[in-house]
Amino acid sequence: MNNTPWGGPEGFTGSGYNFAYLDEQTKRMLRRTILKAVAVPGYQVPFASREMPMPYGWGTGGIQVTASLIGPKDVLKVIDQGSDDTTNAVSIRSFFARTTGVQTTERTCDATLIQTRHRIPEQPLREDQIMVYQVPIPEPLRWVEPRESETRKMHALQEYGAMHVKLYEDIAQHGEIATSFDYPVRVGGRYVASPSPLPKFDNPKMSGCPALQLFGAGREQRIYAIPPYTEVRSLDFEDYPFTVQSWKQSCALCGAEDSYLDEVIMDDAGKRMFVCSDTDYCRQRREQGYSGPMNGEGRDFLDRIQATEDSE
Amino acid sequence: MNSAMILEEDRPLLEVRGLNKYYGWHPGCLDVDFELWPGEVLCIVGESGSGKSTLLNCISGQTAPTSGQVVYRAPGYGELDVHQSRESVRRRLMRTDWGIVRQNPRDGLRMGVSAGANIGERLMAVGDRRYGRIREKALTWLERVEIDPGRVDDRPDTFSGGMQQRLQIARNLVSEPRLIFMDEPTGGLDVSVQARLLDLLRALVAQMGLAVVLVTHDLAVARLLAHRLMVMHRGRVVETGLTDQVLDDPQHAYTQLLVSSILQA
Repeated sequence: MNNTPWGGPEGFTGSGYNFAYLDEQTKRMLRRTILKAVAVPGYQVPFASREMPMPYGWGTGGIQVTASLIGPKDVLKVIDQGSDDTTNAVSIRSFFARTTGVQTTERTCDATLIQTRHRIPEQPLREDQIMVYQVPIPEPLRWVEPRESETRKMHALQEYGAMHVKLYEDIAQHGEIATSFDYPVRVGGRYVASPSPLPKFDNPKMSGCPALQLFGAGREQRIYAIPPYTEVRSLDFEDYPFTVQSWKQSCALCGAEDSYLDEVIMDDAGKRMFVCSDTDYCRQRREQGYSGPMNGEGRDFLDRIQATEDSE
Repeated sequence: MNSAMILEEDRPLLEVRGLNKYYGWHPGCLDVDFELWPGEVLCIVGESGSGKSTLLNCISGQTAPTSGQVVYRAPGYGELDVHQSRESVRRRLMRTDWGIVRQNPRDGLRMGVSAGANIGERLMAVGDRRYGRIREKALTWLERVEIDPGRVDDRPDTFSGGMQQRLQIARNLVSEPRLIFMDEPTGGLDVSVQARLLDLLRALVAQMGLAVVLVTHDLAVARLLAHRLMVMHRGRVVETGLTDQVLDDPQHAYTQLLVSSILQA
Protein backbone atom coordinates (compact mmCIF):
# COMPACT_ATOMS: atom_id res chain seq x y z
CA MET A 1 0.00 0.00 0.00
CA ASN A 2 1.31 3.40 -0.92
CA ASN A 3 1.39 5.43 2.29
CA THR A 4 2.44 8.80 0.81
CA PRO A 5 -0.28 11.42 0.48
CA TRP A 6 0.98 12.47 -2.92
CA GLY A 7 1.50 8.97 -4.17
CA GLY A 8 4.23 7.45 -6.25
CA PRO A 9 4.37 5.22 -9.30
CA GLU A 10 2.25 2.11 -9.25
CA GLY A 11 3.69 -0.55 -6.98
CA PHE A 12 5.70 1.96 -4.93
CA THR A 13 5.14 1.26 -1.29
CA GLY A 14 6.57 4.50 0.05
CA SER A 15 9.62 5.29 2.09
CA GLY A 16 7.99 6.65 5.23
CA TYR A 17 8.76 10.13 3.96
CA ASN A 18 6.48 12.31 1.87
CA PHE A 19 6.86 11.79 -1.87
CA ALA A 20 10.28 13.16 -2.87
CA TYR A 21 11.26 13.73 0.77
CA LEU A 22 10.12 17.39 1.06
CA ASP A 23 6.69 18.29 2.44
CA GLU A 24 4.12 19.70 0.04
CA GLN A 25 4.29 23.27 1.40
CA THR A 26 8.04 23.38 0.83
CA LYS A 27 7.56 22.10 -2.68
CA ARG A 28 4.98 24.82 -3.36
CA MET A 29 7.41 27.43 -2.09
CA LEU A 30 10.10 26.05 -4.38
CA ARG A 31 7.75 25.99 -7.38
CA ARG A 32 6.76 29.61 -6.77
CA THR A 33 10.45 30.51 -6.67
CA ILE A 34 11.06 28.59 -9.87
CA LEU A 35 8.17 30.34 -11.62
CA LYS A 36 9.64 33.69 -10.71
CA ALA A 37 13.08 32.57 -11.83
CA VAL A 38 11.70 31.50 -15.20
CA ALA A 39 9.87 34.81 -15.55
CA VAL A 40 13.08 36.79 -14.95
CA PRO A 41 15.78 34.82 -16.78
CA GLY A 42 19.13 34.81 -15.02
CA TYR A 43 17.89 36.65 -11.91
CA GLN A 44 18.78 34.94 -8.64
CA VAL A 45 15.55 34.47 -6.72
CA PRO A 46 16.00 33.93 -2.97
CA PHE A 47 14.21 30.95 -1.41
CA ALA A 48 14.01 29.37 1.99
CA SER A 49 16.44 26.53 1.51
CA ARG A 50 15.72 23.51 3.72
CA GLU A 51 18.08 21.25 5.58
CA MET A 52 18.61 18.21 3.43
CA PRO A 53 19.97 14.86 4.58
CA MET A 54 23.35 15.64 3.05
CA PRO A 55 26.03 18.31 3.52
CA TYR A 56 26.05 21.64 1.72
CA GLY A 57 28.20 21.41 -1.34
CA TRP A 58 26.85 18.01 -2.26
CA GLY A 59 23.98 19.39 -4.27
CA THR A 60 21.37 20.41 -1.70
CA GLY A 61 20.08 23.17 -4.01
CA GLY A 62 19.75 20.90 -7.01
CA ILE A 63 18.06 18.20 -4.94
CA GLN A 64 15.44 20.62 -3.65
CA VAL A 65 14.66 21.84 -7.17
CA THR A 66 14.44 18.26 -8.40
CA ALA A 67 12.26 17.24 -5.45
CA SER A 68 9.80 20.04 -6.16
CA LEU A 69 9.49 19.10 -9.83
CA ILE A 70 9.65 15.33 -9.90
CA GLY A 71 6.42 13.44 -10.53
CA PRO A 72 5.60 9.73 -10.52
CA LYS A 73 6.03 9.46 -14.29
CA ASP A 74 9.40 11.20 -14.47
CA VAL A 75 12.57 9.40 -15.45
CA LEU A 76 15.58 10.74 -13.56
CA LYS A 77 19.21 10.90 -14.61
CA VAL A 78 21.94 12.24 -12.31
CA ILE A 79 25.36 13.28 -13.57
CA ASP A 80 28.49 14.08 -11.60
CA GLN A 81 31.60 15.09 -13.57
CA GLY A 82 29.80 13.90 -16.69
CA SER A 83 29.56 10.44 -15.23
CA ASP A 84 26.57 8.50 -13.95
CA ASP A 85 28.47 6.17 -11.66
CA THR A 86 30.43 8.46 -9.33
CA THR A 87 29.55 8.68 -5.64
CA ASN A 88 27.51 11.87 -5.77
CA ALA A 89 25.48 10.76 -8.78
CA VAL A 90 24.83 7.31 -7.35
CA SER A 91 23.70 8.56 -3.96
CA ILE A 92 21.42 11.29 -5.31
CA ARG A 93 19.89 8.82 -7.76
CA SER A 94 19.24 6.28 -5.03
CA PHE A 95 17.87 9.02 -2.76
CA PHE A 96 15.17 9.80 -5.29
CA ALA A 97 14.62 6.16 -6.14
CA ARG A 98 13.91 5.48 -2.46
CA THR A 99 11.77 8.54 -1.75
CA THR A 100 9.77 8.60 -5.00
CA GLY A 101 10.07 5.19 -6.58
CA VAL A 102 10.49 6.82 -10.01
CA GLN A 103 12.39 5.17 -12.78
CA THR A 104 16.03 6.19 -13.10
CA THR A 105 18.25 5.98 -16.12
CA GLU A 106 21.75 6.63 -17.33
CA ARG A 107 20.63 7.36 -20.86
CA THR A 108 20.23 11.04 -21.66
CA CYS A 109 17.56 10.41 -24.29
CA ASP A 110 15.34 8.45 -21.86
CA ALA A 111 15.46 11.04 -19.05
CA THR A 112 12.81 13.69 -18.44
CA LEU A 113 14.65 15.26 -15.51
CA ILE A 114 18.44 15.53 -15.42
CA GLN A 115 20.26 16.74 -12.35
CA THR A 116 23.87 17.64 -12.97
CA ARG A 117 26.87 19.05 -11.26
CA HIS A 118 29.55 19.75 -13.86
CA ARG A 119 28.36 18.87 -17.30
CA ILE A 120 25.63 19.25 -19.86
CA PRO A 121 25.18 15.99 -21.77
CA GLU A 122 26.79 15.90 -25.22
CA GLN A 123 23.55 14.66 -26.71
CA PRO A 124 21.28 17.63 -27.59
CA LEU A 125 18.44 18.16 -25.12
CA ARG A 126 14.73 18.26 -25.96
CA GLU A 127 11.76 20.44 -25.01
CA ASP A 128 10.32 17.76 -22.75
CA GLN A 129 13.44 17.60 -20.61
CA ILE A 130 14.47 19.73 -17.62
CA MET A 131 18.06 20.31 -16.59
CA VAL A 132 18.72 20.93 -12.89
CA TYR A 133 22.15 22.30 -11.97
CA GLN A 134 23.73 22.13 -8.53
CA VAL A 135 25.38 25.50 -7.94
CA PRO A 136 27.96 26.22 -5.22
CA ILE A 137 28.34 30.01 -5.72
CA PRO A 138 25.47 31.54 -7.67
CA GLU A 139 26.82 35.11 -7.63
CA PRO A 140 29.11 35.74 -10.62
CA LEU A 141 30.10 39.14 -9.21
CA ARG A 142 31.23 37.70 -5.87
CA TRP A 143 34.80 37.53 -7.09
CA VAL A 144 34.94 41.27 -7.72
CA GLU A 145 32.55 42.46 -5.01
CA PRO A 146 32.20 40.75 -1.64
CA ARG A 147 29.20 42.80 -0.44
CA GLU A 148 25.82 41.25 -1.24
CA SER A 149 24.07 44.63 -1.00
CA GLU A 150 26.44 45.98 -3.62
CA THR A 151 26.20 43.02 -6.02
CA ARG A 152 22.41 43.28 -5.96
CA LYS A 153 22.66 46.94 -6.93
CA MET A 154 25.11 46.08 -9.67
CA HIS A 155 22.64 43.54 -11.08
CA ALA A 156 19.73 45.95 -10.76
CA LEU A 157 21.58 48.73 -12.57
CA GLN A 158 23.34 46.39 -15.01
CA GLU A 159 26.74 47.60 -13.86
CA TYR A 160 28.63 44.68 -15.29
CA GLY A 161 31.90 46.41 -16.20
CA ALA A 162 33.57 44.93 -13.15
CA MET A 163 32.97 41.44 -14.54
CA HIS A 164 35.33 42.30 -17.37
CA VAL A 165 38.02 43.28 -14.87
CA LYS A 166 38.37 39.58 -14.10
CA LEU A 167 38.67 38.71 -17.79
CA TYR A 168 41.17 41.57 -18.31
CA GLU A 169 43.22 40.21 -15.44
CA ASP A 170 43.19 36.75 -17.02
CA ILE A 171 44.56 38.06 -20.30
CA ALA A 172 47.15 40.25 -18.54
CA GLN A 173 48.43 37.35 -16.45
CA HIS A 174 48.03 34.41 -18.84
CA GLY A 175 47.86 35.90 -22.32
CA GLU A 176 44.34 34.58 -22.83
CA ILE A 177 41.09 34.31 -20.92
CA ALA A 178 42.17 31.49 -18.65
CA THR A 179 38.83 31.07 -16.89
CA SER A 180 37.90 27.59 -18.02
CA PHE A 181 34.93 26.78 -15.84
CA ASP A 182 32.15 28.82 -14.24
CA TYR A 183 32.65 31.21 -17.16
CA PRO A 184 30.23 34.15 -16.71
CA VAL A 185 27.35 34.50 -19.15
CA ARG A 186 24.73 37.12 -19.90
CA VAL A 187 21.24 35.63 -20.00
CA GLY A 188 18.77 37.07 -22.46
CA GLY A 189 20.79 40.28 -22.76
CA ARG A 190 20.03 41.22 -19.16
CA TYR A 191 21.37 39.43 -16.10
CA VAL A 192 24.92 38.18 -15.80
CA ALA A 193 24.79 34.70 -14.29
CA SER A 194 27.16 32.02 -13.20
CA PRO A 195 26.91 28.73 -15.09
CA SER A 196 27.97 26.89 -11.92
CA PRO A 197 31.12 24.77 -12.30
CA LEU A 198 30.43 23.87 -15.92
CA PRO A 199 33.48 23.84 -18.15
CA LYS A 200 33.21 26.70 -20.61
CA PHE A 201 33.04 23.99 -23.27
CA ASP A 202 29.37 23.61 -22.29
CA ASN A 203 28.52 27.33 -22.35
CA PRO A 204 27.41 27.38 -26.00
CA LYS A 205 25.03 24.48 -25.27
CA MET A 206 23.09 26.67 -22.84
CA SER A 207 22.17 29.19 -25.51
CA GLY A 208 18.94 28.50 -27.36
CA CYS A 209 18.57 25.19 -25.53
CA PRO A 210 15.09 23.66 -25.99
CA ALA A 211 15.09 22.30 -22.43
CA LEU A 212 14.30 24.38 -19.35
CA GLN A 213 17.45 24.95 -17.29
CA LEU A 214 17.15 25.51 -13.54
CA PHE A 215 19.97 26.35 -11.14
CA GLY A 216 19.70 25.65 -7.42
CA ALA A 217 22.13 26.86 -4.75
CA GLY A 218 21.17 25.37 -1.37
CA ARG A 219 23.66 27.04 0.93
CA GLU A 220 23.34 30.44 -0.77
CA GLN A 221 19.54 30.02 -1.00
CA ARG A 222 19.15 31.12 -4.61
CA ILE A 223 17.36 29.69 -7.62
CA TYR A 224 17.75 31.03 -11.14
CA ALA A 225 16.68 29.84 -14.54
CA ILE A 226 17.36 29.90 -18.24
CA PRO A 227 14.03 29.36 -19.99
CA PRO A 228 13.96 27.35 -23.22
CA TYR A 229 15.35 29.06 -26.33
CA THR A 230 16.94 31.93 -24.39
CA GLU A 231 20.05 33.57 -25.75
CA VAL A 232 23.04 33.01 -23.48
CA ARG A 233 26.22 34.92 -24.30
CA SER A 234 29.60 34.27 -22.75
CA LEU A 235 31.32 37.54 -21.83
CA ASP A 236 34.49 38.40 -23.75
CA PHE A 237 36.56 41.13 -25.37
CA GLU A 238 36.32 42.13 -29.03
CA ASP A 239 39.98 41.29 -29.58
CA TYR A 240 39.91 38.24 -27.29
CA PRO A 241 36.68 36.47 -28.25
CA PHE A 242 35.19 33.61 -26.25
CA THR A 243 36.53 30.20 -27.27
CA VAL A 244 35.97 26.71 -25.92
CA GLN A 245 38.54 24.08 -25.03
CA SER A 246 39.74 21.79 -27.81
CA TRP A 247 41.84 18.65 -27.82
CA LYS A 248 44.37 17.27 -30.25
CA GLN A 249 43.14 13.75 -29.48
CA SER A 250 39.82 12.12 -30.08
CA CYS A 251 38.21 9.95 -27.38
CA ALA A 252 40.36 6.86 -26.82
CA LEU A 253 37.30 4.63 -26.45
CA CYS A 254 34.70 5.90 -28.91
CA GLY A 255 36.73 8.16 -31.18
CA ALA A 256 34.46 11.17 -30.68
CA GLU A 257 36.05 14.43 -31.77
CA ASP A 258 33.32 16.77 -30.59
CA SER A 259 33.06 15.89 -26.91
CA TYR A 260 34.67 17.12 -23.71
CA LEU A 261 37.59 14.85 -22.86
CA ASP A 262 39.03 13.83 -19.49
CA GLU A 263 42.64 12.82 -19.17
CA VAL A 264 43.16 9.46 -17.48
CA ILE A 265 46.61 8.46 -16.23
CA MET A 266 47.07 4.73 -16.77
CA ASP A 267 50.35 3.81 -15.12
CA ASP A 268 53.36 5.24 -13.33
CA ALA A 269 55.28 5.63 -16.56
CA GLY A 270 53.09 8.46 -17.81
CA LYS A 271 50.87 6.45 -20.10
CA ARG A 272 47.57 8.23 -20.53
CA MET A 273 44.41 8.35 -22.52
CA PHE A 274 41.71 10.92 -23.19
CA VAL A 275 38.13 9.74 -22.82
CA CYS A 276 34.72 11.36 -23.08
CA SER A 277 33.70 12.86 -19.77
CA ASP A 278 30.07 12.11 -20.69
CA THR A 279 30.09 8.34 -20.06
CA ASP A 280 26.60 7.85 -21.47
CA TYR A 281 27.51 9.53 -24.75
CA CYS A 282 30.66 7.44 -25.01
CA ARG A 283 28.82 4.19 -24.37
CA GLN A 284 26.10 4.98 -26.87
CA ARG A 285 28.66 5.76 -29.56
CA ARG A 286 30.43 2.47 -28.91
CA GLU A 287 27.09 0.66 -29.10
CA GLN A 288 26.59 2.28 -32.49
CA GLY A 289 29.88 0.75 -33.59
CA TYR A 290 32.26 3.69 -33.22
CA SER A 291 35.65 2.87 -31.82
CA GLY A 292 38.66 4.86 -30.66
CA PRO A 293 42.38 4.02 -30.79
CA MET A 294 42.47 2.37 -27.32
CA ASN A 295 38.95 0.97 -27.11
CA GLY A 296 39.85 -2.51 -25.84
CA GLU A 297 42.82 -1.67 -23.65
CA GLY A 298 41.24 1.49 -22.23
CA ARG A 299 38.02 -0.22 -21.24
CA ASP A 300 39.88 -3.09 -19.60
CA PHE A 301 41.76 -0.49 -17.60
CA LEU A 302 38.61 1.36 -16.51
CA ASP A 303 36.86 -1.92 -15.63
CA ARG A 304 39.82 -2.95 -13.52
CA ILE A 305 39.70 0.32 -11.60
CA GLN A 306 35.97 -0.02 -11.14
CA ALA A 307 36.41 -3.55 -9.81
CA THR A 308 39.06 -2.38 -7.33
CA GLU A 309 36.81 0.41 -6.12
CA ASP A 310 33.83 -1.92 -5.76
CA SER A 311 35.81 -4.40 -3.70
CA GLU A 312 37.01 -1.71 -1.28
CA MET B 1 46.31 79.52 -12.67
CA ASN B 2 43.16 78.95 -14.66
CA SER B 3 41.63 82.34 -14.18
CA ALA B 4 40.96 82.83 -17.89
CA MET B 5 39.15 79.56 -18.04
CA ILE B 6 37.13 80.27 -14.94
CA LEU B 7 35.91 83.55 -16.36
CA GLU B 8 34.79 81.91 -19.57
CA GLU B 9 32.20 79.83 -17.79
CA ASP B 10 29.20 81.70 -16.51
CA ARG B 11 27.67 79.03 -14.29
CA PRO B 12 29.26 77.15 -11.43
CA LEU B 13 29.96 73.44 -11.88
CA LEU B 14 28.76 72.53 -8.42
CA GLU B 15 26.40 74.43 -6.19
CA VAL B 16 25.83 73.53 -2.54
CA ARG B 17 22.88 75.19 -0.84
CA GLY B 18 21.91 75.05 2.83
CA LEU B 19 23.53 71.68 3.46
CA ASN B 20 23.00 70.11 6.89
CA LYS B 21 23.94 66.69 8.09
CA TYR B 22 22.96 65.35 11.49
CA TYR B 23 24.00 62.02 12.93
CA GLY B 24 21.01 61.56 15.17
CA TRP B 25 21.04 64.72 17.30
CA HIS B 26 24.69 65.26 16.70
CA PRO B 27 25.47 67.77 13.93
CA GLY B 28 28.00 66.68 11.30
CA CYS B 29 28.01 69.82 9.24
CA LEU B 30 25.70 72.83 9.35
CA ASP B 31 24.44 75.45 6.91
CA VAL B 32 27.04 74.98 4.24
CA ASP B 33 26.68 77.03 1.05
CA PHE B 34 29.29 77.31 -1.65
CA GLU B 35 29.90 77.20 -5.36
CA LEU B 36 32.63 75.46 -7.27
CA TRP B 37 33.59 76.64 -10.72
CA PRO B 38 35.06 74.57 -13.55
CA GLY B 39 38.80 74.19 -13.15
CA GLU B 40 38.79 75.49 -9.60
CA VAL B 41 40.59 73.84 -6.68
CA LEU B 42 38.78 74.27 -3.39
CA CYS B 43 40.35 73.15 -0.14
CA ILE B 44 38.33 72.37 2.95
CA VAL B 45 40.53 72.70 6.01
CA GLY B 46 39.85 72.26 9.68
CA GLU B 47 40.80 70.16 12.64
CA SER B 48 39.88 66.55 13.14
CA GLY B 49 36.14 66.23 13.80
CA SER B 50 35.26 69.60 12.28
CA GLY B 51 32.96 68.02 9.68
CA LYS B 52 35.26 68.15 6.65
CA SER B 53 34.82 64.54 5.63
CA THR B 54 31.09 64.58 6.38
CA LEU B 55 30.76 67.55 4.06
CA LEU B 56 32.84 65.85 1.37
CA ASN B 57 30.77 62.68 1.59
CA CYS B 58 27.56 64.70 1.30
CA ILE B 59 28.59 66.74 -1.70
CA SER B 60 30.07 63.76 -3.50
CA GLY B 61 26.78 61.89 -3.18
CA GLN B 62 28.10 59.16 -0.89
CA THR B 63 26.04 60.19 2.13
CA ALA B 64 22.55 61.66 2.02
CA PRO B 65 22.41 65.05 3.80
CA THR B 66 19.67 65.72 6.35
CA SER B 67 18.65 68.79 4.38
CA GLY B 68 19.99 70.95 1.60
CA GLN B 69 20.81 70.59 -2.03
CA VAL B 70 23.80 69.74 -4.19
CA VAL B 71 23.46 70.72 -7.84
CA TYR B 72 25.90 69.56 -10.49
CA ARG B 73 25.96 71.14 -13.93
CA ALA B 74 27.63 69.49 -16.88
CA PRO B 75 26.97 68.62 -20.48
CA GLY B 76 25.23 65.26 -20.64
CA TYR B 77 23.71 65.75 -17.19
CA GLY B 78 22.20 69.21 -17.48
CA GLU B 79 21.37 70.61 -14.08
CA LEU B 80 21.39 67.62 -11.77
CA ASP B 81 20.19 67.64 -8.18
CA VAL B 82 22.62 65.01 -6.95
CA HIS B 83 20.63 63.71 -4.00
CA GLN B 84 17.24 63.82 -5.72
CA SER B 85 18.48 62.03 -8.83
CA ARG B 86 18.14 58.31 -9.38
CA GLU B 87 20.79 56.14 -7.85
CA SER B 88 21.72 54.80 -11.28
CA VAL B 89 22.50 58.33 -12.49
CA ARG B 90 24.47 59.11 -9.35
CA ARG B 91 26.50 55.94 -9.67
CA ARG B 92 27.20 56.60 -13.33
CA LEU B 93 28.33 60.09 -12.42
CA MET B 94 30.77 58.70 -9.90
CA ARG B 95 32.31 56.40 -12.48
CA THR B 96 32.57 58.86 -15.33
CA ASP B 97 32.34 62.59 -14.66
CA TRP B 98 33.57 62.42 -11.08
CA GLY B 99 36.50 60.88 -9.34
CA ILE B 100 36.92 60.08 -5.67
CA VAL B 101 40.43 59.72 -4.25
CA ARG B 102 40.46 58.28 -0.76
CA GLN B 103 42.96 58.74 1.98
CA ASN B 104 43.69 55.04 2.21
CA PRO B 105 44.44 53.72 -1.28
CA ARG B 106 43.18 50.32 -0.15
CA ASP B 107 39.68 51.78 -0.06
CA GLY B 108 39.95 53.16 -3.55
CA LEU B 109 41.82 50.39 -5.34
CA ARG B 110 41.09 46.77 -6.08
CA MET B 111 44.02 45.19 -4.31
CA GLY B 112 43.45 41.76 -5.83
CA VAL B 113 43.96 42.71 -9.47
CA SER B 114 46.83 44.27 -11.39
CA ALA B 115 47.49 47.99 -11.77
CA GLY B 116 46.33 47.78 -15.39
CA ALA B 117 43.00 46.26 -14.42
CA ASN B 118 42.57 48.96 -11.79
CA ILE B 119 43.05 51.69 -14.35
CA GLY B 120 40.96 49.88 -16.96
CA GLU B 121 37.96 49.32 -14.71
CA ARG B 122 36.24 52.62 -15.50
CA LEU B 123 36.77 52.11 -19.21
CA MET B 124 35.19 48.68 -19.01
CA ALA B 125 32.39 50.05 -16.85
CA VAL B 126 31.35 52.43 -19.62
CA GLY B 127 31.44 49.65 -22.17
CA ASP B 128 34.94 49.46 -23.65
CA ARG B 129 35.36 45.86 -24.76
CA ARG B 130 38.69 46.06 -26.60
CA TYR B 131 41.52 44.68 -24.51
CA GLY B 132 44.27 46.27 -26.60
CA ARG B 133 42.83 49.74 -26.24
CA ILE B 134 42.23 49.39 -22.50
CA ARG B 135 45.78 48.22 -21.97
CA GLU B 136 47.24 51.01 -24.04
CA LYS B 137 45.40 53.58 -21.94
CA ALA B 138 46.54 51.87 -18.75
CA LEU B 139 50.16 52.13 -19.89
CA THR B 140 49.78 55.78 -20.85
CA TRP B 141 48.25 56.61 -17.50
CA LEU B 142 50.90 54.79 -15.52
CA GLU B 143 53.42 56.96 -17.28
CA ARG B 144 51.43 60.12 -16.58
CA VAL B 145 51.42 59.39 -12.85
CA GLU B 146 55.13 58.51 -12.95
CA ILE B 147 54.86 54.77 -12.37
CA ASP B 148 57.08 52.52 -14.46
CA PRO B 149 54.78 51.07 -17.18
CA GLY B 150 56.65 47.78 -16.76
CA ARG B 151 54.66 47.29 -13.57
CA VAL B 152 51.30 47.29 -15.32
CA ASP B 153 50.69 43.63 -14.46
CA ASP B 154 51.79 43.91 -10.82
CA ARG B 155 49.24 44.04 -8.08
CA PRO B 156 48.92 47.26 -6.09
CA ASP B 157 49.86 45.49 -2.87
CA THR B 158 53.40 45.23 -4.24
CA PHE B 159 53.48 49.04 -4.62
CA SER B 160 54.72 51.58 -2.10
CA GLY B 161 52.22 53.88 -0.40
CA GLY B 162 53.04 56.79 -2.68
CA MET B 163 52.72 54.64 -5.80
CA GLN B 164 49.40 53.27 -4.61
CA GLN B 165 48.13 56.79 -4.17
CA ARG B 166 49.31 57.76 -7.65
CA LEU B 167 47.69 54.64 -9.05
CA GLN B 168 44.46 55.61 -7.37
CA ILE B 169 44.66 59.00 -9.04
CA ALA B 170 45.29 57.40 -12.45
CA ARG B 171 42.36 55.05 -11.93
CA ASN B 172 40.10 58.03 -11.33
CA LEU B 173 41.42 60.27 -14.07
CA VAL B 174 41.30 57.71 -16.89
CA SER B 175 37.65 58.54 -17.56
CA GLU B 176 38.63 62.23 -17.93
CA PRO B 177 36.35 63.50 -15.20
CA ARG B 178 35.47 67.16 -14.64
CA LEU B 179 35.41 66.99 -10.87
CA ILE B 180 37.56 65.16 -8.36
CA PHE B 181 36.93 64.75 -4.65
CA MET B 182 39.93 64.01 -2.48
CA ASP B 183 39.97 63.16 1.19
CA GLU B 184 43.44 63.72 2.66
CA PRO B 185 45.23 62.34 -0.41
CA THR B 186 48.65 62.92 1.15
CA GLY B 187 47.84 61.58 4.59
CA GLY B 188 50.16 58.84 5.73
CA LEU B 189 52.87 59.64 3.19
CA ASP B 190 56.29 60.92 4.18
CA VAL B 191 57.15 64.52 3.37
CA SER B 192 59.21 63.98 0.21
CA VAL B 193 56.61 61.62 -1.25
CA GLN B 194 53.92 64.14 -0.34
CA ALA B 195 55.76 66.87 -2.21
CA ARG B 196 56.09 64.70 -5.31
CA LEU B 197 52.42 63.77 -5.21
CA LEU B 198 51.37 67.38 -4.80
CA ASP B 199 53.54 68.37 -7.75
CA LEU B 200 51.96 65.70 -9.85
CA LEU B 201 48.45 66.67 -8.79
CA ARG B 202 49.09 70.30 -9.55
CA ALA B 203 50.34 69.46 -13.03
CA LEU B 204 47.43 67.13 -13.81
CA VAL B 205 44.85 69.56 -12.53
CA ALA B 206 46.27 72.28 -14.75
CA GLN B 207 46.58 70.05 -17.84
CA MET B 208 43.09 68.63 -17.59
CA GLY B 209 41.31 71.69 -16.25
CA LEU B 210 39.99 69.65 -13.35
CA ALA B 211 37.81 71.04 -10.63
CA VAL B 212 38.86 69.65 -7.25
CA VAL B 213 37.35 69.58 -3.80
CA LEU B 214 40.12 68.59 -1.45
CA VAL B 215 39.83 67.91 2.25
CA THR B 216 42.95 68.28 4.32
CA HIS B 217 44.09 69.27 7.77
CA ASP B 218 47.46 70.25 6.34
CA LEU B 219 47.61 73.96 5.53
CA ALA B 220 50.81 73.47 3.53
CA VAL B 221 48.94 71.21 1.13
CA ALA B 222 46.20 73.79 0.87
CA ARG B 223 48.71 76.56 0.20
CA LEU B 224 50.30 74.58 -2.64
CA LEU B 225 47.20 73.38 -4.44
CA ALA B 226 44.16 75.43 -3.63
CA HIS B 227 42.73 78.47 -5.33
CA ARG B 228 40.21 78.91 -2.59
CA LEU B 229 39.97 77.84 1.04
CA MET B 230 37.05 76.98 3.25
CA VAL B 231 37.79 76.76 6.97
CA MET B 232 35.53 74.54 9.03
CA HIS B 233 35.09 74.49 12.76
CA ARG B 234 32.57 72.44 14.73
CA GLY B 235 30.55 71.66 11.62
CA ARG B 236 30.30 75.21 10.34
CA VAL B 237 32.20 77.07 7.65
CA VAL B 238 33.78 79.90 9.59
CA GLU B 239 35.77 81.54 6.84
CA THR B 240 36.18 81.32 3.07
CA GLY B 241 38.34 83.20 0.64
CA LEU B 242 41.28 83.02 -1.72
CA THR B 243 43.97 80.79 -0.30
CA ASP B 244 46.66 83.40 0.19
CA GLN B 245 44.17 85.85 1.58
CA VAL B 246 42.91 83.46 4.21
CA LEU B 247 46.33 82.18 5.18
CA ASP B 248 48.04 85.57 5.26
CA ASP B 249 45.23 87.58 6.78
CA PRO B 250 42.91 85.29 8.72
CA GLN B 251 39.80 87.03 10.05
CA HIS B 252 38.07 84.46 12.22
CA ALA B 253 39.56 83.67 15.60
CA TYR B 254 39.68 79.95 14.85
CA THR B 255 41.45 80.49 11.53
CA GLN B 256 43.97 82.74 13.27
CA LEU B 257 44.63 79.97 15.76
CA LEU B 258 44.94 77.39 13.00
CA VAL B 259 47.30 79.50 10.91
CA SER B 260 49.47 80.55 13.82
CA SER B 261 49.72 77.04 15.17
CA ILE B 262 51.02 75.66 11.91
CA LEU B 263 53.00 78.32 10.14
CA GLN B 264 55.22 79.11 13.09
CA ALA B 265 56.17 75.51 13.62
